[in-house]
Amino acid sequence: MAEKVKSPKMSRREFTKIVTAFLGTVMGAIMGIPIIGYVIDPALKSQESDAWISLGPLEKYPIGAPTPFSFTLTKVNGWERTTTSYGVFVLRHSENESDIKVLSNRCTHLSCRVSWKEPEQTYDCPCHDARFNIEGEVVYGPPPHPLDTYAYKIEEGVLFINPTPQEA
Amino acid sequence: MADKIFAWLDERLGLEGIYGAVLDRKVPKVNWWFTLGSASLFLFVMQGITGIFLTMYYVPDPTKAYDSIEYIMNGLAFGWLIRGVHHWGASLMVLVVFLHMLRTFFFGAYKFPRELTWLTGVLLLLLTLGMGFTGYLLPWNQRAYWATTVGTAIAGSVPFVGDFILKVLRGGPDLSALTLTRFFSAHIWMLPAALAGLIGVHMYLIIRLGISHIPKEDE
Repeated sequence: MAEKVKSPKMSRREFTKIVTAFLGTVMGAIMGIPIIGYVIDPALKSQESDAWISLGPLEKYPIGAPTPFSFTLTKVNGWERTTTSYGVFVLRHSENESDIKVLSNRCTHLSCRVSWKEPEQTYDCPCHDARFNIEGEVVYGPPPHPLDTYAYKIEEGVLFINPTPQEA
Repeated sequence: MADKIFAWLDERLGLEGIYGAVLDRKVPKVNWWFTLGSASLFLFVMQGITGIFLTMYYVPDPTKAYDSIEYIMNGLAFGWLIRGVHHWGASLMVLVVFLHMLRTFFFGAYKFPRELTWLTGVLLLLLTLGMGFTGYLLPWNQRAYWATTVGTAIAGSVPFVGDFILKVLRGGPDLSALTLTRFFSAHIWMLPAALAGLIGVHMYLIIRLGISHIPKEDE
């Protein structure tokens, strides 16, 4: 079709193209931005728990030897409650109630679980041949920092830990 | 710079040629009724996008389906919007595709040489209805459950083979987890794949044959 009226500014076709591109961008943004929020939303929710966890009477933990203890935490994830198991080592240095270290058994490299090796007096990680000493410090291997620790308190002879581990 | 990149790509991909064939086609003078096909395509794409994102949280299991949708609606940012668009878009798509069929019929656009465009269009309408039927069960609420009970029972009223058809649709004699998973599979894989393929054929035919003009009084 030949254009009968020549516009000095813009042809009809050009105008249509610009309007289509504009409306397309607006519609794309109206749907695209909420979709991004929808996808990343579960990652933005905080699930920190403040409830202290009882590890039982302090006297059941021997002095000088790390003793494993495991507990589960249940969190609501979407439409279900997910129970995850966590493990710690309780290390009493002396009779003194404040002379305790509660170490996470989660390797600081890539989250495999370390286990206590009595003869070597080390925690060994099976995944990438990492070794920590009894205090949780890296002896060798890829871990970037020592094992995480848990804040603890003792009430009437019972040991409690805060379930949020702290980076050493 | 952008011109150079475009020229480089165009030389290899033939973008100008595609643009010319697909969008710069010659069309007769038509009216707004002729936009219903594009509207159907737009709704199909919209349903596809929102549907893909709904599968990120939806679980096709009788014990989880309702709860997962509850989570999408109330526990997630914009979940209500994504599901809302999918829910209302579904009804709108059935309506728009049906009106598109009526337009084609009343304007006589199904005649030579466009019989195959019409035939693929009929299949597309049926597939759209199939999408509506299978999608309706997925929320697994009372309305979904009984609508599918009735819908599959209607299919079961076919003489001789009805009982077999009913069992194939339900994955057994009763509505169960098997019904939900097979409806889900049909809704997100089989029917959309068939729809997308047929839309390709339908659009190839439109590009090849063009669209018909509005019938004149003496035709």
